[in-house]
Amino acid sequence: MGILDNKVAIITGAAGGIGRGTSKLFIDEGAKVVMADIWDEMGEKTAQELGQNAVYVHSDVSEESDIKRMINLALEKFGRLDIVFSNAGNPGPGGAIEDVPTDEFDKTMAIHLRAAFLCMKHSIPIMKKQGSGCFITTSSVAGFQHGFGTLPYSLSKAGIIHLTRIAAVELGIFGIRANAIAPGGIATGIFGQAFGLSRNGAEKVAGLMKGVLAEGQAIRRAGLPEDVANAALFLASDSSSFITGVTLKVDGGLLSGRIPQDPEESQERWLKLMKELDPEDQKIITERGQEGFKKTMEDLKFLKPEIREKIIKRMQKQAARSKET
Amino acid sequence: MGKLDGKAALITGAAGGIGRATSRLFVEEGVKGLVMADIWDEMGEKVAEELGPNVIYIHTDVSQESDITNAINLTIEKFSRLDIVFSNAGNPGPGGGIENIPTDDFDHTIAIHLRAAFLFMKHSIPIMKKQGSGCFITTSSVAAFQHGMGGLPYSLSKAAIIQLTRIAAVELGVFGIRANSIAPGFIATGIFGTGFGLSRDGAEKLAKFMRNSPSNGQAIRRAGLPEDIANTALFLASDSSSFISGITLKVDGGLLSGRIPQDPEEENEEEIWIEMIKDLDLKDRRIMENIVQEENKKFIELLDYFKPYSILISVLVKEMQKIAEQKKIT
Repeated sequence: MGILDNKVAIITGAAGGIGRGTSKLFIDEGAKVVMADIWDEMGEKTAQELGQNAVYVHSDVSEESDIKRMINLALEKFGRLDIVFSNAGNPGPGGAIEDVPTDEFDKTMAIHLRAAFLCMKHSIPIMKKQGSGCFITTSSVAGFQHGFGTLPYSLSKAGIIHLTRIAAVELGIFGIRANAIAPGGIATGIFGQAFGLSRNGAEKVAGLMKGVLAEGQAIRRAGLPEDVANAALFLASDSSSFITGVTLKVDGGLLSGRIPQDPEESQERWLKLMKELDPEDQKIITERGQEGFKKTMEDLKFLKPEIREKIIKRMQKQAARSKET
Repeated sequence: MGKLDGKAALITGAAGGIGRATSRLFVEEGVKGLVMADIWDEMGEKVAEELGPNVIYIHTDVSQESDITNAINLTIEKFSRLDIVFSNAGNPGPGGGIENIPTDDFDHTIAIHLRAAFLFMKHSIPIMKKQGSGCFITTSSVAAFQHGMGGLPYSLSKAAIIQLTRIAAVELGVFGIRANSIAPGFIATGIFGTGFGLSRDGAEKLAKFMRNSPSNGQAIRRAGLPEDIANTALFLASDSSSFISGITLKVDGGLLSGRIPQDPEEENEEEIWIEMIKDLDLKDRRIMENIVQEENKKFIELLDYFKPYSILISVLVKEMQKIAEQKKIT
């Protein structure tokens, strides 16, 4: 008896770390899953491995027609729609407010916030007919505080928190719940993507990120896709039938307070990570690091000269250490 | 294979609605040992016996530090471990405006909710550090987030519990210890009857009545049940949530997400009132009747506790109006 026996779920971003982890867990618990993503190679492979209860569909969630199509597929193939896990995402463009390219802003908002809204918009009539349904949307620690993600990413993740409340209140009477999950530092390909690596390169880095992510929060290990999958399972199950409108943080205590870091140790971990990478990927990360360095240099003009000097000296020392190893 | 195999737990307020349901569920999930702590000895002992040989009841007044250390020591004596501490004991505390709250009532309410949660952590931490693992779950409340869900000192303690949870999470993470809270919304337990001044028994009867009452004031149109909290406590106590720490998880049926517009049409308040008080003994019935007397200011404060139960509010208001009418006639 699985917790999700006979339930049908759509998972977007299903080919990424969290998506794969959740697809697998849902299938283990008896669900049928429509896996939606744009990384077709990984998505198809995973769906095949998971067997006949999983089907992959290419879905660009910035396209309303793709969203409609994936929902129709769930009905056609599996006859119902119980759970929609809006999880697709990417880091979005970095930079300060005045530097964020407008079209990239628009695209990031579309993939995260608009897509979550559209998944709801087109699933609600079906769920109302069924008299039951459940939305889970991936928010982020970035939705709560500055410093955990890019501008448009963070804005969408904050918007998702409120969309969740609105959906909960509007839909409760129809037997439909809506909740969100706010992951902290989870070892997935999203970091590699932020560095501009290929999908496969990003996946490799994901494994290596475990070391880097372990020390930033109360619980001294990296978050894993399974941690988010377990939370999604809880929110999809009847155990949480009185829980709606919440955003459940799965952050290892990250938002609860800072853990003082030893800057030397932090650097050790980064160097270790770099050593494991292909020369190609190393080059990309170094270049991005240098861009970041340049940006930081510009930001320094807001500081007093003596402090600026100190910081530059320290950064040069660190750069020299990196070059040595 | 239960989710809590091999673990020893301590639950305070274990004889109340949420405590009993959580005790039952933990036993179902294979807990190695359970200490039920409360001051309602009659109910606590009864339930502990029902639940089997690895469940013990101990009288624990959580406003007394020595009672707290006794309960912890008992858990170690009997079960050699302490894996889960669920600080759940509570009562509504005094209502009323800030300037009218009796200071000693204020102190006592803070003591049994906030100070008790802190003391349980203080005295459990050395044990959990030696074990290299442990888990705190504390009952907060929707009252921590907004005014109008509970009395002043109750709400203050529940708010501070949220921060205590964050602090504990950050301090203890490196030792393999997690800390989380649950913020229940309106759950059909004896806390409401207790707030009215009913006997324990009367409060439980009122709770049963509430279980079957629709709750139109929140997104999910049914009463919250002790089982909803128990399921959440199980999730937070299990390894499924091993990366979750420092959070306060609302189990409120969507109450805090937004107001539900109320249907102004009247229900049959007369019938509902009769249904509500029919099983109460004479003394408790008098208390309920007294509460709806116009002069009883306590009633106005207590309305806060019934927020999502719009039907019950209108029932009580109707009764109040009826009595006021009768007074006018005579």
